[in-house]
Amino acid sequence: MATIEYKGKTFSVDEDGFLENLDQWCQEWVDYVKDSEGIKELTDEHWKVINMLQDYYKKNGIAPMVRILSKVTGFKLKHIYELFPSGPGKGACKMAGLAKPTGCV
Amino acid sequence: MAKVPKPSELLPGISYQPPAKGWMDVKPDFRPGTYCNPAAPKWMEWIGYPYPQARSIPDNEWGLPDNWQEIVLQGMEDRLDRFRSLKLFFDICVRCGACADKCHFFLGTGDPKNMPVLRAELLRSVYRRYFKKIGRVLGEIAGARDLSEDVIKEWFFYLYQCTICRRCSLFCPYGIDMAEMTLLGRELLASVGLNIDWAMASVAQCYDKGSHIGATPQAFKDMIDFLAEENERITGITTTPSYNRKGAEVLFVTPSGDYFADPGSFTLMGYLLLFEYIGLDYTFSTYAAEGGNFGWFISHEMGKRLNSKIYAEAKRLGVKWILGGECGHMWRVCNQYMPTYWGEPVNFLEEPVSPITGTRFENAKIHKMVHISEFTADLIKNGKLNLDPQRNAHIKLTFHDSCNTARGMGIFEEPRYIINNVLPEGHFVEMPPNTIREKTFCCGSSSGINASENMELRMQGGLPRANAVRWVYEQYGVNHLGCICALDRATLPTLLEYWVPEMQVTGITEMVGNALIFPDEIERTTDLRDRDLEGFGEAAEEDAEEGE
Repeated sequence: MATIEYKGKTFSVDEDGFLENLDQWCQEWVDYVKDSEGIKELTDEHWKVINMLQDYYKKNGIAPMVRILSKVTGFKLKHIYELFPSGPGKGACKMAGLAKPTGCV
Repeated sequence: MAKVPKPSELLPGISYQPPAKGWMDVKPDFRPGTYCNPAAPKWMEWIGYPYPQARSIPDNEWGLPDNWQEIVLQGMEDRLDRFRSLKLFFDICVRCGACADKCHFFLGTGDPKNMPVLRAELLRSVYRRYFKKIGRVLGEIAGARDLSEDVIKEWFFYLYQCTICRRCSLFCPYGIDMAEMTLLGRELLASVGLNIDWAMASVAQCYDKGSHIGATPQAFKDMIDFLAEENERITGITTTPSYNRKGAEVLFVTPSGDYFADPGSFTLMGYLLLFEYIGLDYTFSTYAAEGGNFGWFISHEMGKRLNSKIYAEAKRLGVKWILGGECGHMWRVCNQYMPTYWGEPVNFLEEPVSPITGTRFENAKIHKMVHISEFTADLIKNGKLNLDPQRNAHIKLTFHDSCNTARGMGIFEEPRYIINNVLPEGHFVEMPPNTIREKTFCCGSSSGINASENMELRMQGGLPRANAVRWVYEQYGVNHLGCICALDRATLPTLLEYWVPEMQVTGITEMVGNALIFPDEIERTTDLRDRDLEGFGEAAEEDAEEGE
């Protein structure tokens, strides 16, 4: 397990840089992922995605399938990629503090 | 994460020139992008696997237990005793090399240790050193070597560069099964705490929660209900899946990739439409929520543990038999291993009979599970489905035989029969004969190595498959690759985006869903992916890259 230090905070992450535990999630983590993803500025649309991901995760214990994310936020996949260049999994889920998906995906 | 070289950079790097030194003197090169991360301790703890510990390949600190050699050699002795196949395969290879250029990993990497003959030799040399008199006495001259830490690291590297696809076995004059050796070798690695994270995480999630993706029951239901709503939006047909329903005739089990990720989710929409159309009395289960079995990628014992969940649930719900979705290794486990795992046929279920056609699936009398392609082909053969192939006119398809359904259980004709009935004439094109049916090339990322940190290796291993796909694309303008395996649907889009980006991947039942004509449907203007049908409306806006 690796750790990341950013703005005075320490985060435990897995090999792919996903947070080990959603409890560690905070504004500094969001800023860290924003910087590493090369996102210039976080807009309401970014937060809509992050909030949806976290709500779903807290309720269901897993990230939503991409099409559900798309339907609930009203953003087409192409637009989600514009918001999060690494995509819904490696970009948005990482920023929202969710675990990395596993299995046949 | 390691940067993946571009195809134009990767291709010239593949050399078939062997190193100048002998193979025993060449150490594996753990270059980022070519190996999988070791399993995180938490997953191993979840399923009670030995020696959980944080390990790092680059740090060279593998945290082996003090008596690791003793454990591995004892494990080898036990397995030589239990598996006569292993002893036989160790003893009879004459190193003719017929297998050498049949492995997709050898073709894609040029690494001689990916020739199955030499990959097996990595294990065989240790067998010879400790279990054969000639090796004990003559050592290296007799091809024997000590079990050192370098050797166990080499096993970890190369046994996870084999996707247990068994293409090499097909060409072996003795029928030596490399997959058996790889699997037992992986068991030995697991016995000293060496596992890969991607497979182990999926196994732990499946064992603990019900599926490889770790879906909770409510998430499972939410996703399938969502796909049912999508069906209703596109076709006007209300599909009515039920969950954990006791007394249903059939338990339907499919891999989690089909309800979590595209393009598998479109195949799941196809299943729902098909079952609604024929009025099948079926249920999903939130406990047996996984058709796949990553456990088998780690050990037979873990394979059995995950396999047993499906049958425990079938018994609890009181179904007559099990219908399985488009999955690969789920079927290999059922057909090849279940009789040994259980020691007897599944006696509490009935020999499957199609309630629609009355066809008895005698081939499933041991495990009582019918493959969706067998089931659907039988429906079509008996004239039970009203199909409009023109609704798939935008699809020009070639078919990838999944290793496990093709070489593992001989399903060659059923998917092709379905394809020919749901596509317009001339829309199905085969890849070259040495790359399909029993000679099919692996997707390059199966057996638990569909992780992201080993992407360069995956692109190399999948090169022979992608090369054949490219050929039909260039020759015939094929635009879709069909398959009946969820791991394929997870790995092939990534592979083809890299080598043949013009190509889409589709399940077969998705195309059945497109073609089915319901008496009370709304006018269809799009397929299940919301792409405009040819001859109806504008060309598709939703483009190819919306595949992840």
